[in-house]
Amino acid sequence: MSGHSTYEPKTGIERWLDARLPIIRLGYDSVIAYPTPKNLNYWWTFGGILSVCLVLQIVTGVVLAMHYIPHGDLAFASVERIMRDVNHGWMIRYLHANGASMFFLAVYVHMARGLYYGSYKEPREVLWILGCVIYLLMMATAFMGYVLPWGQMSFYGAVVITNFFSALDQVIPGLGSAITTWLWGGFAVDNPTLNRFFSLHYLLPFVIAGVVGLHIWALHVPGNNNPTGVSVKSKDDVVPFHPYYTVKDGFAIVVFLILLSWFVFFAPDALGHADNYVQANPLQTPNHIVPEWYFLPFYAMLRAVPQKLAGVLIMFGSIALLFATPWLDWAKVRSMRYRPTARWFFIIFIVAVLILGWCGGKLPDDVIIPMGKNPDGSPTGFSVVHLSRILTAYYYAYFLLVLPFVKNFEQTLPVPDSISAPVLTEKKG
Amino acid sequence: MLRKALMAGLAAGVFSLVAMPALALTSEEEPKHVEFGFEGPLGKFDRAAVQRGFKVYAEVCASCHSMNLLYYRNLAQKGGPFYEEKYPNPNASPYAKAIAAAVMVPDIDQETGDAVMRAATPADHFKSPFANEVAARASNGGAMPPDLSVIAKAREGGPAYIYSILTGYPTPPKGLTVPAGKYYNPYMPGDLASYWSGPKDQVPKGGFIAMPLQLTPDRVTFDDGTKSTAEQQAHDVSTFLAWAAEPKAEERKETGLAVMAYLILFAGLMYASYRRIWRNVAH
Repeated sequence: MSGHSTYEPKTGIERWLDARLPIIRLGYDSVIAYPTPKNLNYWWTFGGILSVCLVLQIVTGVVLAMHYIPHGDLAFASVERIMRDVNHGWMIRYLHANGASMFFLAVYVHMARGLYYGSYKEPREVLWILGCVIYLLMMATAFMGYVLPWGQMSFYGAVVITNFFSALDQVIPGLGSAITTWLWGGFAVDNPTLNRFFSLHYLLPFVIAGVVGLHIWALHVPGNNNPTGVSVKSKDDVVPFHPYYTVKDGFAIVVFLILLSWFVFFAPDALGHADNYVQANPLQTPNHIVPEWYFLPFYAMLRAVPQKLAGVLIMFGSIALLFATPWLDWAKVRSMRYRPTARWFFIIFIVAVLILGWCGGKLPDDVIIPMGKNPDGSPTGFSVVHLSRILTAYYYAYFLLVLPFVKNFEQTLPVPDSISAPVLTEKKG
Repeated sequence: MLRKALMAGLAAGVFSLVAMPALALTSEEEPKHVEFGFEGPLGKFDRAAVQRGFKVYAEVCASCHSMNLLYYRNLAQKGGPFYEEKYPNPNASPYAKAIAAAVMVPDIDQETGDAVMRAATPADHFKSPFANEVAARASNGGAMPPDLSVIAKAREGGPAYIYSILTGYPTPPKGLTVPAGKYYNPYMPGDLASYWSGPKDQVPKGGFIAMPLQLTPDRVTFDDGTKSTAEQQAHDVSTFLAWAAEPKAEERKETGLAVMAYLILFAGLMYASYRRIWRNVAH
């Protein structure tokens, strides 16, 4: 997609086509000859894994849409009909539902890899931002997809998420309510909401596919980052993408499929919630509304703040910070492999997000460290909401304090002169 | 080393958080520990147990609970309790036909359009005991008996929860006021604080259920001679409901074993190819 093309059309037909639409050249330059740093570790295989996830979701989703009925009275039964009467419908649906979970698992690893090795830094800012756009689109798509089976958690998830916008009533009275009414297509989550969510759930994956195209384009201009963070300096630093990385990514993809298959065939409902096998009932709110696991850290941030609008802003702000990351990190060294202090803050950041996820699955008032009892005998003390506040503060501090300023206190380790240098001197990178 | 200590402390902290559930304010009892043969990647349904469980459903549960997602043909399809290789088409199965024929369902007369009752066929849904939700509530003191089609998936704890509810009717503890038409069940989610006159920190676990104790010894006579204890009936009907919630579960696990074997072999080949292709590259 960039740089000097090494493609040489060998046959008459290829030469003819190359002069008119150089599409074979594009493919050759992008996935065959594309020079790739030779020291990429397995954390770099998640890009390939994610493209497989996207294709899997689109293929299974298109088939599901052939059998699904987007109607409040029929949606739940139509999903069960897919499970019971459509040939291998259970497999297609479980692949789609668990595929979504695995898609998020892979995207979180992919993002964490970018954060650790400084893949967002100059000259890859646009690449990183396009990734953030994909992540936002994924969240919207996954949320609307989760509404479609029209179970209890689908319905009340839709109520909770769309009500984020009603917090705007605190800015301009009536504005938030007007937006939610417009989103719902009525005065409550109902059949029109389900219908438009289905329409958008079908549309957005193709938008994602388009932005993925841009993401790969923006990758192929500067080329891959690598575990050392040192830019490619000579031909000795790179290998052609095929066969070196097609085979390495291929191996990782098959291992990832083993994990996906384990969920699909042996624990298909482990990541879901029992309440979503109860048909949506607008008159009966479930005791405990929780989103899917991949949204739990954000849900914990939302509930950590007692004021609704502030909670919504804190939650969306946590994603906005990702967009700003390339300009928040002021350190010169890219890879945290050579940043001993920043590396610790990063590890704590990952742990903090995991514990935030745990908090998101609990009730805010659940007590972690009991310190006395209420008059009614229930324990009081350090609760989930307190822990969530500390961790949310750390999440923000990581982006706003650690990334810009830690370099002032950090003694970086010697960075190798080139990608090849540590490979030749050290046994393990 | 400070760092090692920090790391160990961090790991211990995370582990204890994940391992230790936070103290919830109200709760029900954890479901009883019951073994089911269909659990696990290799588990299969005990076909005799599913047949007995269907009998418990048909003779006891079905008088109040619908199973709208099931058809009589499902009972005789592959993996179902009455499947026989002789009848690959479940609609042609004499078992499904006989079970359906014993039930009268509403229809319209094909000549006149008048409402009539006819014997069900394997292609019919399980007959619902009530015409509509209002009728169901009116007959059950305002409570709606839930549809049982996917109940084994729709409750935390699944079949063990169903078993626990069905066998969990102890004498209510002294100090608990049980409203008329309600029954105390420690496995039922709920909050009993406002019905409790005892010490405030000893509110009983569980909640009230509108269904009285149903399964008593010999309530159902099993055709295979199995002793009909309440526990046996509960175990069998839980097995039946687990099958009904996902009739393709056995097919799923069988497919899964083949898929796993294939993928593990494939991964081995890919790894060998990877090692071979990269053998001359220092990296």
